[in-house]
Amino acid sequence: MSYLPDRALDHLRDVAEAPDFSATRYRVEEEIGRGGMGTVYRAWDTQLERRVALKVLNAADRVNQEAILLAQLEHPGIAPIYDAGTLPDGRAYCAMRLIQGRRLDEFLRDEPALPARLRLFQKICEAVAFAHNRGVIHCDLKPQNIMVGEFGEVFVVDWGVARTEDSAPALSAGTPPYMAPEQSGAGAQTVDTRADIFALGQILRELMPDPPPRPLAAIARKASAADPRDRFSSAQQLAADVGRFLDGLPVSSYRDTMPERLARFCRQNQVLLLLLGAYLAVKLSLYFLAPALK
Amino acid sequence: MGGPHRPFPTTRHSLIVSAASAGTMAREALDDVVAVYWKPAYKHVRIQWRRSNEEAKDLVQGFFTALIEQQILAGFDPSKARFRTYLKGCLDHFVMKQDERANRLKRGGGAIAICDFEAAEREIAGTPSVEDVFLREWQRQMFALALEDLRAYCETIGKTLQYAIFAAYDLAEAERPSYAELAAQHGVPVTNVTNYLAWARRELRRMVLLRLSSVTSGDSECMAEQRVLFGK
Repeated sequence: MSYLPDRALDHLRDVAEAPDFSATRYRVEEEIGRGGMGTVYRAWDTQLERRVALKVLNAADRVNQEAILLAQLEHPGIAPIYDAGTLPDGRAYCAMRLIQGRRLDEFLRDEPALPARLRLFQKICEAVAFAHNRGVIHCDLKPQNIMVGEFGEVFVVDWGVARTEDSAPALSAGTPPYMAPEQSGAGAQTVDTRADIFALGQILRELMPDPPPRPLAAIARKASAADPRDRFSSAQQLAADVGRFLDGLPVSSYRDTMPERLARFCRQNQVLLLLLGAYLAVKLSLYFLAPALK
Repeated sequence: MGGPHRPFPTTRHSLIVSAASAGTMAREALDDVVAVYWKPAYKHVRIQWRRSNEEAKDLVQGFFTALIEQQILAGFDPSKARFRTYLKGCLDHFVMKQDERANRLKRGGGAIAICDFEAAEREIAGTPSVEDVFLREWQRQMFALALEDLRAYCETIGKTLQYAIFAAYDLAEAERPSYAELAAQHGVPVTNVTNYLAWARRELRRMVLLRLSSVTSGDSECMAEQRVLFGK
């Protein structure tokens, strides 16, 4: 057996990994991502003359499962799937919409204001809630799997380890610290949509300022409670609680202290309090000035 | 063109798993493990442990002999570590436990006979200092073995021309010839050259994965190791 020099080894590693799309309508342009389940390429669809994202996975059955699941999820917050197939070497691929934007973790580096972050979070919750309503659990929600488009639109991507509620759980699917406790080990049997709620809670923590407002911290704490029974029962409920915080209303996860209630009352009734103050000021002025005028 | 459709190599994970549960290795599993790991192990001991070539030879042979004779693999738990990581840990532990006066361990078995330490020694002379020699040599050995498999496979099914073109292009030591030059040299159209290259690369990948499946404990570990093997 002859010695394989470094140059030849690196070349062979490249060519053995490069997918062969020559028999398809796609022309690969460049690799744009590599994850636990496979590799994503930017490619040109020669038939429809548009750019697409091509995901090539090593496990054929998983990509087919992902393709089938994604095809059921037509939602503005979920990148649509265009096509799926198998390469000559047996690897499966699917063509998806190429998202022009940044990952959530990169987007957050620009430090957008808290309300903007929370509105973004609500959109994420809406997409996840849509999938949950169709019985699909993402199982690997994290900032790296959320794309923010040029106009603030949000896309939940990488449904590679997603599963339906009635399918067999994939043991240890997910990424710490976004992975719910029940997703690892024997607890994987009990994984349901609340595993995604846990991940959303962890994502919410990353959106919060330091120190976080107490009600918001309480929402995140409830969402990512260790016991699934203590979490929000749906992503809609989580989004609604965040919405109440945005609107300055009491949130379900946090009981205000008396000064906080007073402060909220004052914020919410500013006009009324101003009018009342003005009325009292006039009334007092008249009371004190009236004898002098006589 | 392209041959029969073979989506995935036949898995041989069970060999490693059964070896772990039994504590001792089946001969078939051992042959696969030794073929892939003897050179990474030898270079790892030479470079990381700074042992002389004679000491390294004895240690590596002793290690693989111990794999056969002792219950070293009984501690392998696929849920806790990859087989490559476990084996490297075992090797380090084995080397640590050996002092310079250790008895030369009994050599024996056809599997150990495939180790060509002199060739490995010549390679070390040209090896730059790398942090993880074991990993790099593991990658090199996996591809080197897969290339041997591919060459033998091409001879068996009468596709020596495909292999010759693949070797001339993908294994070129200096500047790669152009497709046109290869076509002229072998008297085939240029499109055939690209087709032959694509076929050979697919088959090479299949051979690599087949080798990989024989030294991993299951699909999950195999996929994780694929990323290490092919990843940048």
